[in-house]
Amino acid sequence: MADRPIRVLIAKPGLDGHDRGAKVVARALRDAGMEVIYTGIRQTPEMIAEAALQEDVDVVGLSILSGAHLDLFPRIVDQLKQKGMQDVLLVCGGIIPDEDIAALKKMGFAGAFGPGTSTQDLAKFIREQVAARRAGVTT
Amino acid sequence: MDRATVESLRGGNSRAVARAISAVERGGVEAREVIAALFRYTGRAHVIGVTGAPGTGKSTLVNEIAKLYRRRGHRLGIVAVDPTSPFTGGAILGDRLRMQDLAGDDGVFIRSMATRGNLGGLASATSDTIKVLDAAGFAIVLVETVGAGQSEVDIAKNAHTTLVVDAPGLGDDIQAIKAGILEIADILIVNKADHDDANSTVAALEMNLNLKPKAENDWRPPVLKTIAIQGEGIADAVEWIGKHRAYLESNHLLESRERARLRAELELVAQRELMTRLVRGVNGSKIEALVEKMAAREMDVYQAVEKLIGDTHS
Repeated sequence: MADRPIRVLIAKPGLDGHDRGAKVVARALRDAGMEVIYTGIRQTPEMIAEAALQEDVDVVGLSILSGAHLDLFPRIVDQLKQKGMQDVLLVCGGIIPDEDIAALKKMGFAGAFGPGTSTQDLAKFIREQVAARRAGVTT
Repeated sequence: MDRATVESLRGGNSRAVARAISAVERGGVEAREVIAALFRYTGRAHVIGVTGAPGTGKSTLVNEIAKLYRRRGHRLGIVAVDPTSPFTGGAILGDRLRMQDLAGDDGVFIRSMATRGNLGGLASATSDTIKVLDAAGFAIVLVETVGAGQSEVDIAKNAHTTLVVDAPGLGDDIQAIKAGILEIADILIVNKADHDDANSTVAALEMNLNLKPKAENDWRPPVLKTIAIQGEGIADAVEWIGKHRAYLESNHLLESRERARLRAELELVAQRELMTRLVRGVNGSKIEALVEKMAAREMDVYQAVEKLIGDTHS
């Protein structure tokens, strides 16, 4: 299987409208050579999972600042599983309290990246994780 | 591609469609297998191209047109192409942002594509992606090009009906008589028609069309005004798409255009394949040696190419 650029869906679930962080991340991942599908704000779990499915992405990145992550993220994970997308790499960012990170990891999130994260570190993390998953699929 | 996957794809299974598109995007053997399995089921969809300069409102227009077709019960595939950075290979694919109304509707399949270095306004895998959606039973396939300048005209070779979207204030009437993108329009749309100068944009486009010598039975592209963001003028645009389809059918142009398209595709893929084989057959040091000879002005480019191709074939 030939390598393709890493495809990433960046979405903002829920009702907060602050998308600057999501846009900065989208731009940084573009600069890291990835194809970033940007779906914008106020996405429902169903919309996010459907977009991830149609776009056949390697990564779903969720940005949230409303505090509703423990409510919305499990629903997104469920939707993705229902659609057969359980292998997709899940990452999140925004305002996520440290004490919630363990719960998110258990849910299947590979990483949570809060304010102050270097975008290079994020790109590197995604690249390594996707490479590992792709290697896993082909062997 | 196995039998079960083909059947699942033809039944419109999103996962199967999405994976088949990824395969044709990757190219190579995988892409060939997908097309070999699906090609016989293609040729049914009406392919509608939407092109125009960046910011004219293509995505919003596609969103509105798609909504109207959905209300009439058609299933639609949408391919939205955005540019790949020539420097990093990355891309921001942002067309879905304007198509949120369609999210969650399983009668619509939207796929964003990056050009991955292809010129002409489409990705090199766009025509194979259209085939996948066609085989999956989408009666209408809408293809949105990258924000096009003046010469990104490949969409016309891939679509049955091409919409060229313009907006007020983008140029004077001399822009309207230049060669290129306006010539491929089957339907001209002046979007953002609530802005000042919309009427002068319409007038400039109309004048240009009137200057064109007209043969009998020629299609004369209508110039339509829309305000896509408010859904205005969309019903009219869709009606004209239908008229254009009827025109193609009644003049037996679908068949002749299909053959022209297949011929162009054959030539294009043959060129790509020849290039791949040529490059594969030549080692890098040989190319470097030819470049050195050219730099020393011992050989011009034509002589170097003779040497390159001649040696590969002997």
